[in-house]
Amino acid sequence: MIQVVMVISTQVKPRLLKFYSFQVPNPLLSSIQAPPSPLSFFNTQQVLGQFPHPDQPLAPEKHQDLVRSVFQLLSARPNSVSSFVKVDSVFGPGTKMVYKHLATLYFVFIFDSSENELAMLDLLQVFVETLDRCFKNVCELDDVCNFNKLHTILDEMILGGQVIETSSEQIVKSVEEIERLEKQSSTTSFIPKSITERFTRKLSLISLTPNI
Amino acid sequence: MASTPAAPAVAPSLVDTLFQRSLNDLIKSLRADASAAGEAAAVARALSEIHREIRAPDAATKSVALQKLTYLSSLHFAPVASHPLAFPAIELLASPHLPHKRLAYLAASLSLHPASLSLLPLATHQLHKDLSPSPSPSAGAAHQRHVSALALQLLASPAAAAAPDLPVHLAHDLVPHLARGSPRAIAAAARVIAASPSAAVPVLFKPLAACLASPDPRASTAAAAAFCDLSAPPADATPFLPLAPDLYNLLTTSRSNWALIKVLKVFARLAPLEPRLAARIVDPVCQLLTRSGAMSLTFECIRTVLTALPAHDAAVRLAIGKAKEFIAADDDPNLRYLGLLAVGMLGPAYASTVHDCQDAIAKSLGDADTNIRQEALHLIMGMVNENNVMDIAGMLIGHVAKSDPEFANDILGAVLAACGHNVYEMVVDFDWYVSLLADMARTLHCAQGDEIGRQLVDVGLRVQDTRPELVRSARTLLIDPALLGNHFLFPVLSAAAWVSGEYVDLTKDPVELVEALLQPRTGLLPISVRAVYIHAVFKVITWCFSVYVGRLGDSGMAMDVTFDRSAADQTVSLDSNVALGSGEEQGIGASTVRKDPFSHESILYMIDLIQTTVGPLINCNEVEVQDRAHNLIGFVHLVREIQELNKTKVADGDKPSRLEELVKTMRTVFCQELGPVSVNAQMKVALPDGLILNENLVELAGMVSEDDSTPSTSIFFYPCSRHSVDTRDEPAVSIGSSSLSEHRKRHGLFYLQTGKTEDEPNDYPQANDSLPSSSNNSVNDDKLKTAELVFGRKKSTATKSRPKVVKLDTEDFLSSMMPSANVPKEDPLSGALRDVLLGSDAKALSSQRTSDINLEGMLNKTSSNESSTPRIENLGSHPASHSSRTSKQQNHDKEKGANPAESDGKEQRKHRSSGRSGHRQGKHKHREKSSTQPDTVPQAPVIQDFLL
Repeated sequence: MIQVVMVISTQVKPRLLKFYSFQVPNPLLSSIQAPPSPLSFFNTQQVLGQFPHPDQPLAPEKHQDLVRSVFQLLSARPNSVSSFVKVDSVFGPGTKMVYKHLATLYFVFIFDSSENELAMLDLLQVFVETLDRCFKNVCELDDVCNFNKLHTILDEMILGGQVIETSSEQIVKSVEEIERLEKQSSTTSFIPKSITERFTRKLSLISLTPNI
Repeated sequence: MASTPAAPAVAPSLVDTLFQRSLNDLIKSLRADASAAGEAAAVARALSEIHREIRAPDAATKSVALQKLTYLSSLHFAPVASHPLAFPAIELLASPHLPHKRLAYLAASLSLHPASLSLLPLATHQLHKDLSPSPSPSAGAAHQRHVSALALQLLASPAAAAAPDLPVHLAHDLVPHLARGSPRAIAAAARVIAASPSAAVPVLFKPLAACLASPDPRASTAAAAAFCDLSAPPADATPFLPLAPDLYNLLTTSRSNWALIKVLKVFARLAPLEPRLAARIVDPVCQLLTRSGAMSLTFECIRTVLTALPAHDAAVRLAIGKAKEFIAADDDPNLRYLGLLAVGMLGPAYASTVHDCQDAIAKSLGDADTNIRQEALHLIMGMVNENNVMDIAGMLIGHVAKSDPEFANDILGAVLAACGHNVYEMVVDFDWYVSLLADMARTLHCAQGDEIGRQLVDVGLRVQDTRPELVRSARTLLIDPALLGNHFLFPVLSAAAWVSGEYVDLTKDPVELVEALLQPRTGLLPISVRAVYIHAVFKVITWCFSVYVGRLGDSGMAMDVTFDRSAADQTVSLDSNVALGSGEEQGIGASTVRKDPFSHESILYMIDLIQTTVGPLINCNEVEVQDRAHNLIGFVHLVREIQELNKTKVADGDKPSRLEELVKTMRTVFCQELGPVSVNAQMKVALPDGLILNENLVELAGMVSEDDSTPSTSIFFYPCSRHSVDTRDEPAVSIGSSSLSEHRKRHGLFYLQTGKTEDEPNDYPQANDSLPSSSNNSVNDDKLKTAELVFGRKKSTATKSRPKVVKLDTEDFLSSMMPSANVPKEDPLSGALRDVLLGSDAKALSSQRTSDINLEGMLNKTSSNESSTPRIENLGSHPASHSSRTSKQQNHDKEKGANPAESDGKEQRKHRSSGRSGHRQGKHKHREKSSTQPDTVPQAPVIQDFLL
């Protein structure tokens, strides 16, 4: 599964962080494994014992350290080298990182042995393309100012670390649909409180009118 | 946070609530001041603002506050401890207003704080509502679909996985979604099962499995991914075996690369569990491999074949062919990297195939990409065997010069580790290896001084044949004044100095050596290394004296020897070494001195040199240096004094013999060979039946305290001789434990060999103290190690013995020894011990870290088994053992006296039989042994498995 999606600026500012069941490498915990049982799969009780301990999520305070360590790895790499980095030391055994460096942003996926490296690279490409479509030539400022939309896009693509959609067009379509739904819902009672908010909202309404 | 003017306690003003800052306002304010302090202040102000706003009754205000808080905690790592996101988030989850609901879901799924996690179960009902298919009449189907997507998102988030019971209660709500084949629900179900298998598996597993067979490609793809995720390594893949037919179906029919990749991954995990599976899937996999245009799928096929289908030769060859294409992809570093990764997955059976790509791999060593370089290095190190180690190491060292410092040291480290692995089992030509070590030390970025130094000394201790070359290499290191400035090389220089001193009799030009050891730049060395240098000079000068005196005696010359420049040079020049670069000390005499290192002039020159350079160090405030300087200067003074006497009273014929005596005594101090000792030597002593250690200890308390000082010396010595690096400790060894060194001399440096158990418990019970459980473990470990050794054995000068050999030897030994070793005297205890012994011999021998010496001991039947016993005596019963090497003779006598009568006879036999001469013979035997090894080990081909 995909464990973390990160977008980090070259100034070491995170622009998007999404953790999907990420566990701190804990030698103690990983050494305790249920003994393999040869029993049939239909014996549910047996199946139960097989799964590892529920993930202990990482404390948010640690996120910053992770971003830093990832950035250190990234910044050490020159351009035009391979996009994969083994990150076992940071994210636990078997984890790899795939990244793209575009303009001022690093796009990073961290994934485990259940994902294919090249497929992840493709997915990263899909993600960047989708951002590009949604923001019309995406730049860092788009990512900075569209926290929610970034998450919406990502959520249309990945759920719980699993890839659910790989077509950039489809994702754009879904995101637009969600925006339409939100608009429907908000036209009834929403009065923006902030002047700027109101302003931007008007603008975006104008920009969306052809769609409606 | 509290620093803002609008403190939370104050009721929000009208302005505040009216003009709430939006997220974009917040972002702008954060960006206004980019400095860390400015940003921190902005975050603090925003947090206090949010703190107030989030309690607003108005949902809109609350949602904006929540949004800001989510943003801050996610991207600015704001301390959310005081602002648990969960409660307002949970409130807003129920909002009918979609934007609010979305914000709330986002906040809940991003929040991982324990406080919010504990509140998350409060959302159970809302999630249940949002997941259930009864939409509120007002909202349309799209709205409903989106809401349940949000709920699934939260359910699949790590927050939900960590929240107790949330997934458990909602598992049932997933079933209808699974039935519709929603990819979201499938992905969420996988997370729910992973989070709480006990509750979710009975409910969700079957619907999930049904999705695999779904006609909807999106559903089957998602299901394949879900099972791939669930069967990932920490979990056991066995329960997923029944899914094989569905997966196989997918493998042969699916057109989605994503699905195929996941299916292949699951099969790669299942194939080892079910032998028939591999035969079934090999054909479809090969078809995909040849047919697919997608690199990701091709790579997955390669990986599956190489890791899970190694027995299918044709498939493997096909995969290797593809992997080579990857490596040859010049324009794409990603493919090159993955190609190397794939080749690295190859089993040892295809080692030859890897060799085919050797050129490409070697080329990758120079790649700009560190990944590719590392992987290439890893692959190359995997290829190393005894036949190509010289070529490969030479090639790698060539690369060191071209690489950046970090990678250069990676290479050096890899070469050192590979060559040093398992006591240099791969190295056949130790002369080559020693010069390689010296070359490595001289490479530009070398920071591996510690390991190089360790190995130099270690090789010296273990491999007698290579000592001349070792001394030559050490010389080249020592005479180069440039090396003295590189602090990474201090351990190497220390080792070189120690080697030169210890094996001084192999040196060609001791004068040059003394000059090198005393060159002015040695002042740059750290104290510890300096001390080693001085001690090495001591050894060199002692040796020179002994040769000189010996020569005088031989030639029967007149004994009016004086250390005076007037004395003539009577001996032929032995050696004409190149003059070394150092030394303002090289006076006029230096060149003539060079002609014969043992002439008057040479000796005199060296003494003068020592007095001028070491003399001042007597006042050095570092005790290590001061100590050794005192020793050296004291010795020189003593020699001079005798000669002074000689000069004034020529008639006294006693003087030369006094000089001779002194020099010989000093020489004997250093002439014992030092050898490695197994770490586990002590541990190998099995606890005999019926021996209750605690009781014995109590009874022996008096005896133990009597010997108080002895054990401490021995223990001190023990590790340092094993590591053999810590040359600083060497004097302590040589002077400190004479009986040990004596023992070493007799037994070919072979400590605590198999026969150790014999009298040991009686003599020195403390040694056994920690045995009970740990010894068993270590015995088991040793067994494993032995097994590995059998396979890993190569013919080489390194002398790990294979258990087979060991077994024969020990059996031989036992049978031959039984009659001779006073069988009637044996008590039941030693009989029991012998049984233990027979069982543990192999282990004990194999894990000895000794090399040549070790084998010598083993081949030398009589010596192998008992060599340990005297060591125990040393440990236990000799207060005098720490005095000096020179007292060995008396010491030995004491030994005999102190031993129980019954072991006495045996002891002596052992001592005799395993003398130093046996040592040398053993060497030759070992050589023969090496050459015959391939015959004696039928499993030889398997060896490779463990090596690669």
